Amino acid sequence: MIGIEHYVAVSSILFVLGVLGIFLNRKNIIIILMAIELILLAVSLNMVAFSHYLHDLVGQIFSMFILTVAAGESAVGLAILVIYFRGRGTIAVDDVNQMKG
Amino acid sequence: MIEVIAFYLFAGLAIVAGLNTILARNPVHSVLWLILAFFNAAGLMVLLQAEFIAMLLVIVYVGAVAVLFLFVVMMLDIDFATLRAGFIRNFPLGLGIALVLLAELVMGVGAYHAGGLQLGVADGHGAAIAGASNTAAVGALLYSRYLFLFEAAGFVLLVAMIGAIVLTHRERGDVRSQNISRQVARRPDDAIVNVQPEVGKGVQL
Repeated sequence: MIGIEHYVAVSSILFVLGVLGIFLNRKNIIIILMAIELILLAVSLNMVAFSHYLHDLVGQIFSMFILTVAAGESAVGLAILVIYFRGRGTIAVDDVNQMKG
Repeated sequence: MIEVIAFYLFAGLAIVAGLNTILARNPVHSVLWLILAFFNAAGLMVLLQAEFIAMLLVIVYVGAVAVLFLFVVMMLDIDFATLRAGFIRNFPLGLGIALVLLAELVMGVGAYHAGGLQLGVADGHGAAIAGASNTAAVGALLYSRYLFLFEAAGFVLLVAMIGAIVLTHRERGDVRSQNISRQVARRPDDAIVNVQPEVGKGVQL
């Protein structure tokens, strides 16, 4: 029978893949945003798995809120990306130093 | 038995798709692999009897977010080869951090198995309604106990929408657009002139 450990393992692997993706594609901000989506998917899957095995629907409710935040985050992130590209003609995040941070 | 087969199918495909998302050379392929990962995660959620969240994942992610990514990737004219320059150089560091993170997660599960962690016990208010479908149970909980959080989530989406519009909107100088206040403020005195031209002469405009 499939236990909760299996689902936790799958979501851990997806989470780690997302973190790895951020490190591997440090210049390409589109892939970084996709990796963040992967991380949020892993967290969401974890929430749903625990919700099922603890017989508590709150996990699914929170999974929905994660989905909401992820959608808003990707919309704003891509909007920033588009205006950045419009001004600079590139999306290489290495030379983002306009704010001198 | 069929459940086990389905689990390993969905889990394996989700991991393969996630791996290809971060390794694909072409960002369009990356987006397509991401869509496959979301589909398989939705399948896993169906196995967990969370049909509503699974369908939401397909509609929101595959229908909206992935298409948004696809549009942005295809509309920006970017040389992606130069963006991959540091790929090999970053690989050992990224792999090291990923392995450390995975080890930490495995140790966390191990600590739970060793009895070092006490998971919170559900206090019952989130228990599924007997006989109701998953969608009905989630709705009953969402619109009662989590109503204000639900409203807050709506505001998050509203703010994100306004933010995206304000960020990408630009005033273009080269188009003749309608100026409504100027139109309304225009009076006959400014616009109309009565002239009595002499015979044989034209009117000067």
